[in-house]
Amino acid sequence: MKKLVDIAHSRAGDKGNILVLSLIPFDSKDFDWLVQNITADRVKSHLKGQIKGNVTRYVLPSIHALQFTCEDALAGGVTTSLALDAHGKSLSYALLEMEI
Amino acid sequence: MKEKIRIGCGAGFSGDRIEPALILTEKGSLDYLVLECLAERTIALAQKRKLQNPEFGYDVLLEKRLKDLLPLLLQYKTRLVTNMGAANPIVGAKRIIELAKSQNLSIKVAAVIGDDVLDFISGEEHSLENIRPVQSEGKLLSANAYLGVEAILPALASDADIIITGRVADPSLFLAPMIYEFGWGLDQFELLGKGIVLGHLLECAGQLTGGYFADPVSKPIPGLDQLGHPFVDVFPDGRGIISKVEGTGGVISQRIAKEQLLYEVLDPHHYITPDVVADFSTVQFEEIAFDQLQVTGGGGIERPEKYKVSVGYEAGFKGEGEISYAGSHAVERARLAGEIIEKRIKGLVPNLRVDLIGLNSLHPNDLSKNSNPYEVRLRVAGMCKTLEQAQLIGEEVEALYTNGPAGGGGARKMVTQVVGVVSTLLDRNQIKPDFQLLST
Repeated sequence: MKKLVDIAHSRAGDKGNILVLSLIPFDSKDFDWLVQNITADRVKSHLKGQIKGNVTRYVLPSIHALQFTCEDALAGGVTTSLALDAHGKSLSYALLEMEI
Repeated sequence: MKEKIRIGCGAGFSGDRIEPALILTEKGSLDYLVLECLAERTIALAQKRKLQNPEFGYDVLLEKRLKDLLPLLLQYKTRLVTNMGAANPIVGAKRIIELAKSQNLSIKVAAVIGDDVLDFISGEEHSLENIRPVQSEGKLLSANAYLGVEAILPALASDADIIITGRVADPSLFLAPMIYEFGWGLDQFELLGKGIVLGHLLECAGQLTGGYFADPVSKPIPGLDQLGHPFVDVFPDGRGIISKVEGTGGVISQRIAKEQLLYEVLDPHHYITPDVVADFSTVQFEEIAFDQLQVTGGGGIERPEKYKVSVGYEAGFKGEGEISYAGSHAVERARLAGEIIEKRIKGLVPNLRVDLIGLNSLHPNDLSKNSNPYEVRLRVAGMCKTLEQAQLIGEEVEALYTNGPAGGGGARKMVTQVVGVVSTLLDRNQIKPDFQLLST
């Protein structure tokens, strides 16, 4: 079974309680496939234990990248979260675990 | 007008390494060096230090960072722009002057002030995060507005060698020198947007040269142990060419730049700064030579009416305890240990969080359900009103040595005083940035 990690890379960022995940194909030929298949709903369902709020997807054809902005996803945000990784920096690799 | 200027970024967060800034200044032929060292929480903590002693509250690493840097900045005629002033830019500037005097160097330092707006906050302002009045979160410690280029430009127009600020929007530290050198208008939003793109790409320093990117299996980066920090050649039309000092570790590439362009960006079409609402969606990258990346495109529209203000408040005490288990039934023993702690102190600390490091502490449970690690580390954390309650968490975890499952080892306990941060908005006319010039 292939995973997203085999065809794409990602970086996680945070703003308060909002998690931001980029998704960038190694080969830009895979961009259209990602656009068609990796929807906001699919990301929310894959990370359902993490993301409590809405997920918005942005499609960026000029750099062949997707961006997912995930609300209420960091246990309150970096300053008051009890999580070990309060920024959610490791969550890029949680997204990349998705089976495709 | 100059044909181009070169801006380097020698630090991307308060705890960043010191050596790359020295290498950039000595070998990078920079016009400007930026050290970005201030996060939301960092400034609230700095305000706390200033409350305890008015001679503190600037960046705790200021002396360490600048000691060897000062003579290089003067020798190579590089101006420094930094937010290491944190909660106390004027005292930070004084420290730099003292440091220069002790090395018989002659310098001028401009301290940018006006971001501290605690006196203008009533506490009734609604937070952007949850619409409640900000004072309902806890005792207010600090309120700092994200100033833009208008606060930095007058200091750049002085003959200061170093400009030290408090809270300023990170990419504005880069945009200000571009505006100053190229004479861009504050209403030329297309150009300002392009400048913000470059500033945003550089502001995390090593994250643009392969740090926070490297993966030895899928994205190998050579020379991470001597990772160089980036610089950008900016042209009057807003175009940029990103590179790094030859011989330093890391890589300049499209892939890395794409990750960094989108880093911490909520909406790539509308990246809000005090100077312009920038559009990142039209940015284009091109690798034009080895370790040289050209950045074109990007733009912007009119800046927002209000300033964003970061408000720090006392959020109580976080208590943590950890202990490890290994070998057969390690996960079962760690789970049992966690259940014991919950039963013992749940009444006192209702919001207890229990993780097994090595199994499920970083990602949602579903992703590790088929994993059976050889060793795991129980971690218990809770937010408490008092120091004593927070201490209890680690004490109970430590007591698992003799009162818990078999083979628990390596217990550790920690307590942190927590400063929470929420945001609100303030009218521009309530904020009056200014600067003070100090010299040796």
